[in-house]
Amino acid sequence: MVETPRRKRTFRRPSVIPGFGLSFGYTLTCLGLIVLLPLAGLVAKASGLGLSGIWDVATDPRVSSALRLSFGVSAVAALVASVFGFLVAWVLTRYRFPGRKLVDAAVDLPFALPTAVAGIALASLYAPDGLLGAPLARLGIQAAYTPVGIFIAMVFIGLPFAVRTVQPLIAEIDKEIEEASATLGANRFATLTKVVLPPLIPAVLTGFAMAFARGVGEYGSIIFIAGNLPYVSEIAPLLIVIKLSEFDYGGAAAIATIMLGISFLTLLAINLIQTWSRRRFGYV
Amino acid sequence: MKNGAVRNRALGLTMLVGAGLVSCLLPAQAETALLNVSYDPTRELYRDINAVFAEEWKAKTGEAITVRASHGGSGAQARTVIDGVDADVVTLGIPSDIDAIAKLTHKIPDDWRTKLPNEATPYTSTVVFLVRKGNPKGVKDWADLTKPDVKVITPNPKTSAGGRWNFLAAWGYAYGQDKDAAKADAFVGQIYKNVPVLDTGARGSTVTFAQRGLGDVLPTWENEAYLVLQEFGAEKFDIVSPPTSIYAEPPVALVAANAERKGTAKAAQAYLDFLYSDRAQAIFAKHHYRPIRREAAAPADLAQLPEIKLFKIEDYQGSWDEIQKRNFDAGGLFDRLSRAGR
Amino acid sequence: MSEIFSPTVAPPVRAEPVASEGAATRTVLIGIAIAFLALFLVLPLIAVFTQAFSKGVEAFLAAFREPDAWSAIRLTLTVAAIAVPFNVVFGLAASWAIAKFEFPGKSLLITLIDLPFSVSPVVSGLIYVLLFGSQGLFGTWLVDHGIQVLFALPGIVLATVFVTFPFVARELIPLMQEQGSSEEEAALTLGASGLHAFRTVTLPNIRWGLLYSVLLCNARAMGEFGAVSVVSGHIRGLTNTIPLHVEILYNEYNFVAAFAVATLLAVLALITLVLKSFLEWRFAGELAHGRSH
Repeated sequence: MVETPRRKRTFRRPSVIPGFGLSFGYTLTCLGLIVLLPLAGLVAKASGLGLSGIWDVATDPRVSSALRLSFGVSAVAALVASVFGFLVAWVLTRYRFPGRKLVDAAVDLPFALPTAVAGIALASLYAPDGLLGAPLARLGIQAAYTPVGIFIAMVFIGLPFAVRTVQPLIAEIDKEIEEASATLGANRFATLTKVVLPPLIPAVLTGFAMAFARGVGEYGSIIFIAGNLPYVSEIAPLLIVIKLSEFDYGGAAAIATIMLGISFLTLLAINLIQTWSRRRFGYV
Repeated sequence: MKNGAVRNRALGLTMLVGAGLVSCLLPAQAETALLNVSYDPTRELYRDINAVFAEEWKAKTGEAITVRASHGGSGAQARTVIDGVDADVVTLGIPSDIDAIAKLTHKIPDDWRTKLPNEATPYTSTVVFLVRKGNPKGVKDWADLTKPDVKVITPNPKTSAGGRWNFLAAWGYAYGQDKDAAKADAFVGQIYKNVPVLDTGARGSTVTFAQRGLGDVLPTWENEAYLVLQEFGAEKFDIVSPPTSIYAEPPVALVAANAERKGTAKAAQAYLDFLYSDRAQAIFAKHHYRPIRREAAAPADLAQLPEIKLFKIEDYQGSWDEIQKRNFDAGGLFDRLSRAGR
Repeated sequence: MSEIFSPTVAPPVRAEPVASEGAATRTVLIGIAIAFLALFLVLPLIAVFTQAFSKGVEAFLAAFREPDAWSAIRLTLTVAAIAVPFNVVFGLAASWAIAKFEFPGKSLLITLIDLPFSVSPVVSGLIYVLLFGSQGLFGTWLVDHGIQVLFALPGIVLATVFVTFPFVARELIPLMQEQGSSEEEAALTLGASGLHAFRTVTLPNIRWGLLYSVLLCNARAMGEFGAVSVVSGHIRGLTNTIPLHVEILYNEYNFVAAFAVATLLAVLALITLVLKSFLEWRFAGELAHGRSH
C-alpha cells in the first residue's frame, strides 16, 4: 500500500512518512530566500569594505561608543530582568494568591504590545514632567533622554524572556528533594542556594541571553526615550539608521554585520548552555 | 501512486502560494497622484498647498489629482528617494540633500538649481530661538547659547536639515564677528557642549523641548517656532529673534526620471510652478515662511516676520559641496567637535 | 526560543508545603513581584489609555475620522493577511520536515530558523534595502522591469515576514516532536494518503498550538515598527502602517491622536493576551512544552 521511497536517500533516515522532499525543500527555499539571501547580501555589502574597513568602522569612536552602549546597557538590563524575572517566576509558580492568573498573563505584555506604542508610553511616563519622571527628577535622577531611559525600555522588552525560560523549570522542581534537604537539617536558605538553584542556572542563563539579544537590537521603544546623543545615549541600531540618512550604505552594513555576528554568538551561547545543561542535569 | 497525487496537490498549493507572492511583487496600480517627498516641519504647509493645487488643477484641466506627501528628517527623506521612493518632486530642507540625490541616482539633473526661479527656492526661512516664557536665561543672541548654564535643544545635523541650518547659523554668526574660521569652529563646539539631546529630526527636537520640557532654548526654523506657539500655547513660550541669522533656503526640484517614467512630468512641473504663484506665496507667509514675492502675501502675515540681518553661508564657506564636506561629512567639523566634546 | 511561548503548567500545590518560605517572606516576595510588574509593564499600558482620553472622548474619536488613519489600518491588515498565512505554511512545512524525519544538520537548521529573533529589527529592514533599493543588488533590474518592492506593499510584507519568521515554526516543531509520528504511521498503514493523514491526524493534534502561534505571530506582524520604518517611505495614506502612523501623529504634536491610534494596538495586545491565556488554561496539554531542543 505505502510506497517505500523509490530512491534510497542516504541523507535522512528512511521513514514511512511521506512529504520529506516537499516540506524540506519548501523550508529550505523559504529560509534561503527570506533569511539567508538577504543576510548574505548584507555581509557581501559590508565585506566590500574589506576586513580592515569593517574594523575601521567598528573602532570609529562614535560607532564603538554606540556599540558599547547597546551591549553594556543591554547586559545590565538583562541582568536586572533576570533577577526580577526569576523572582516573578518563583512567585507565580510557587505561591497562590488572588489575581495570580492575571499577573501571569501580564508578563507577556511586552511581547504583544508594539514597540512604538511602548516607546511613546514610556517616554510620557519617564519624562521630567511625567508620572514617574517627576519623582525621579526630585531624587536627582533623570530617566528619559539618558542611558537610564534606554535601560528602562530594555528591561521592559527583556522581562518576559527572563520569566518564561525559568518558569516551567521551577514548576518541575522535585519538592521531595527540598523536603529531604529540610529534613536533613539544612535551613531554607541553604536548601535554596545548594539544592534548588543550581539546576535552574542554565535556564536563567538562557533567559539572560535572550533578553540580552533582544535588548541589543531593540529600536522602536528606545528611540522615543533615549535622547539619541552621540557618545552618550545613541544606540547602535539608531546609528545604522543615521548612517543610512547620510547615504553611507557601507557603514550601515558594517555596523549591521557586527551586530549580526554578535547575535550569532549569543544564539551559539544559548545552544552551548543547553547542551551543557543537558549533559549536566539531563534536561534543558 | 498516492504519493504522486499528494505531491501534485501539494505542488499546486505551493504554486498557489508562489503565485500569491509574485502577484504582490507586481507594481501597484497607477493613479493620477503626485508624490512630494518633503522634510520635517512642512507637514501643515503642504497639506494646505496640496489642497489648493488640486483645486486649481481641477479647474484648469478638469482632471482630479491627489498630491501625497511624506515627511521626515531631510537626510532620511533624501535616502528614501535614493533607494527608490517614486517621488515626483522633492522639497527638502537644504540644497545638499537634493545634490546627493542628483549625484547618486542621476534622477535629478545636476543643474537643478537653475531650473526654477530664485535658485529653485520658492520661499526662504531663517533660524530663531524659542525660549521658555519670560526668557528666564536671558537668551538674546547666538553668543548666549555658549553660556555654561544654558541647555540648547537642536536636532542632529547629520540627519536633519534644520540641525544643519542651526549649526551653520551659529558658525556664520561667529565668523561674521571677526572673520576667523578657527574661532568660529570653537564657538560652535562651545554650543554643542550645551546640547543634552540630539534628535534625528526638527520635529523630535521640538517635542523634546516643548512637550517634554527639556532645555532652555530651541534654535529652530522660524516657521516651526510660530507653530509651537500655536500648538502648545503662546503663554508657555517666547520667540526671540537674534539680530543676525542665516538665510535658509529649502529648495525644490523635479525628480525628472521618476516623473517621466510615470508620465506625471507635466503635472509635477505645474506643481512646482504653482509654488511660485500668488496663492502659494500667500500660503507660505501664512505658515510663517518668508515668501520670495512679498507683494503676494497678506501684510498681516508679513508683519509677524521681524527684520533680521541675514547672511548667506555660501558667502563664507563656498559651494554647497564644500559646505557639506567641511562640516557634516564623515570626519568633518561636526564629527571632530562631538569627538572632542567627550 | 520556544520557551518564551511555552504555557506554564503548575503542578498541583499541596495544602501545606513542608519546604517553603515563611508567610511573611512570601507576602514580601509577592509584593515585590507585583509592584515590579505594575511599574514596568502595566503602568505604560495605562499611560496609553489615559493619554488617549486626556482631552475627552470627542478628541479620541476625532483621530479615527482621518482617512489616513483608515488607510494605515487597511495596510496593516493587508500586511498581516499576507505575512501570517505565509508563516503558517512555512511553519507547517518546517515542523513536518524537522519533527517527522531524522537528518544531519537539523540543529543548524533550527538555529537558522531562530535567527530572525535575535536580529535587530533595523537590520531586518536594512537587508531588504541593500537588496532591493535602487542602489542595491537587484535595484537596477527591478527598476528596468518597473517592479516596486521597497516603499510599497511587497517590501513591507517581506520585512514583516522576516521578523515573524520563526513564530509558527518554533511553536510547532517541539509540539510535533512531542507527539511523535506513530499516529501518522498508523493512518498511513491503514491506507490513508499522506495529505489525508496530515489533515485528519496531524492537524487536529496541533490545531491549538497552531492557533496559539498564529496569535503571537499576528500581534508582532501588526505591531512591527523598526523593520517596517526602514522599508516604508512614510507616504501618508499609502505606505504607513498603524505603528508608523502613531509615530507621524506624535511628530505632528497630535499627541492625543497618536495615543488614540496606539490604543488600537494596545487593545489588540490585550485581546492577544486574553486568548493566549485562555488557550494555555484550556488546552495546556495540546501546546508545546518547549523544552525539546
